[in-house]
Amino acid sequence: MFNDLLSEATLNEAWRIIEAEFLTAIWETVYVTLLATAFSILIGLPLGVLLVVGEKDGVLPLPLWLLQALNIIINLLRSVPFLILMILVFPLTRLIVGTVVGTTASIVPLVIAAFPFVARLAESSLREVSPNTIEMAQSMGASPLQIITKVMIPESIPSLISNATIAVTTILGYSAMSGIIGGGGLGKIAINYGYYRYKYLIMIAAVVLLIILVQIFQSVGTRLAAKADKRLKKKST
Amino acid sequence: MIEIKNVSKQFNTADGFIEALKNVSISIPNGDIFGIIGMSGAGKSTLVRCINMLERPTEGAIEIDGVNLCELSESNLRNIRRDITMIFQGFNLLMQRNCLGNVCFPLELAGKSKSEAKKRALELLDIVGLGDKAKAYPAQLSGGQQQRVAIARALATNPKVLLCDEATSALDPTTTNSILELIRSINEKLGITVVIITHQMSVVESICKHVAILDKGEVVEQGEVTEVFSHPKSEAARHLVFPEGNFDSLLVNESEQRFIRVIFNGARATGSPLIAKMAVEKGIEANIAYASTKSIGGKAYGSMLLGVTDDNTIVNTAIRYLTNTPDVLAEEVRVNV
Repeated sequence: MFNDLLSEATLNEAWRIIEAEFLTAIWETVYVTLLATAFSILIGLPLGVLLVVGEKDGVLPLPLWLLQALNIIINLLRSVPFLILMILVFPLTRLIVGTVVGTTASIVPLVIAAFPFVARLAESSLREVSPNTIEMAQSMGASPLQIITKVMIPESIPSLISNATIAVTTILGYSAMSGIIGGGGLGKIAINYGYYRYKYLIMIAAVVLLIILVQIFQSVGTRLAAKADKRLKKKST
Repeated sequence: MIEIKNVSKQFNTADGFIEALKNVSISIPNGDIFGIIGMSGAGKSTLVRCINMLERPTEGAIEIDGVNLCELSESNLRNIRRDITMIFQGFNLLMQRNCLGNVCFPLELAGKSKSEAKKRALELLDIVGLGDKAKAYPAQLSGGQQQRVAIARALATNPKVLLCDEATSALDPTTTNSILELIRSINEKLGITVVIITHQMSVVESICKHVAILDKGEVVEQGEVTEVFSHPKSEAARHLVFPEGNFDSLLVNESEQRFIRVIFNGARATGSPLIAKMAVEKGIEANIAYASTKSIGGKAYGSMLLGVTDDNTIVNTAIRYLTNTPDVLAEEVRVNV
């Protein structure tokens, strides 16, 4: 099936399609990914905070049933395969966006799938803050809210950035999958041309672009995290 | 005045029921430097955390200038904690903030304006000798410098009490001395009551006026430092005064002797020439029963236990001779009480 992959006719056709559709597709992928990540952090970070401070010995203990309910919901959402989740949240998508197909519509299932993941990532970042540091803040009369906003989150910023990078790349992967049910972007192109019409060259091009995007996001994230971390500063001022 | 009244603290842990403090009563006068010393596991850290209510006592009361902290609401407690600040063994600085930001932290918590906080923080960094490090991050500083930042931070809210939880245990001897010196000068200049938790005799000897010895959750002795250490009555106190020596065997075998405790607090000469000189000048033969002295920058720190003949004149002459040496303290140790 690959024998005419590089014939002149195929190459010309592929180039035409790439010229016509790829710029929009890249834009759609980036837009969906970043927007979905932003919403996931908006929901996931506060939940991550609650998971840490709400524990029995935390700075703001929650009722045990509430904490357990939170944990169960997060685990539940994380165990549903993304493809199935997309279909399951159709009613919610229609309620929020008005339609279930299209680039913007795919943001809803992406956020539903990603925020529990982000909550777990935020939880693990925030747990890195030493209990001694929190005790110090308490000894100076910090309120629970002050401890969260002035100690826990600022002290774990480098780790939060690293984990946000993991979230972005994972959501990028999910967004490609959403091409199956009408989401836009590089994923849609790879499936429509490669899977349905056997235009493998287009599929490969789309995949290469996805790889490049992941590389870019990852290296920007790594650099930001390192730059933000004041513990790594060399002894010279 | 800090009054710890009949404080008990119990924990229910996975390993079972723990009685960390048993009926502890201590009075700490205002402006004092008060040491609480004990082996690890004696309950020191729990006790100091009861003073600012990081741990609530199971029974008893903590009164500071007549206010019983145990009866305060959480929000009142947060306010009063600005009067009772704390420094820690691990410094506990905010690693993502520079020195200035760290010192500003308690002022921000107290709702001070940014400019006001910054002005005060710079003053404090000057006081602790780090005026030039305002922009440096904790990771760029040495342990001693980090503890200085922590001290500046602890002073930011003009506290009445400074709690030091093993504040010098992670530092080398030279740095320990400079930090203790700083704490002493703060106590003198600002009149802040200082409570020092430590397992190191040298810390108590060099800085504290009063001491309480904590053993297995109980106060076994308390009083003036010289009094407690020269007449150690309890097992725990003896163990501190003679860290390695088996004291009982010392008494039995050399009962003809009396003991003089010599404390070197930065004396010029190291220990041995002083004892040798005493032998030459006064003709007193002293037997070194125990010694733990360190030479830091050409000065001697530590303590020594001398055995001399059981004779009042000899003992008094020796004590007078030793005491007349600058930065050396000497006192007789009586244990057969």
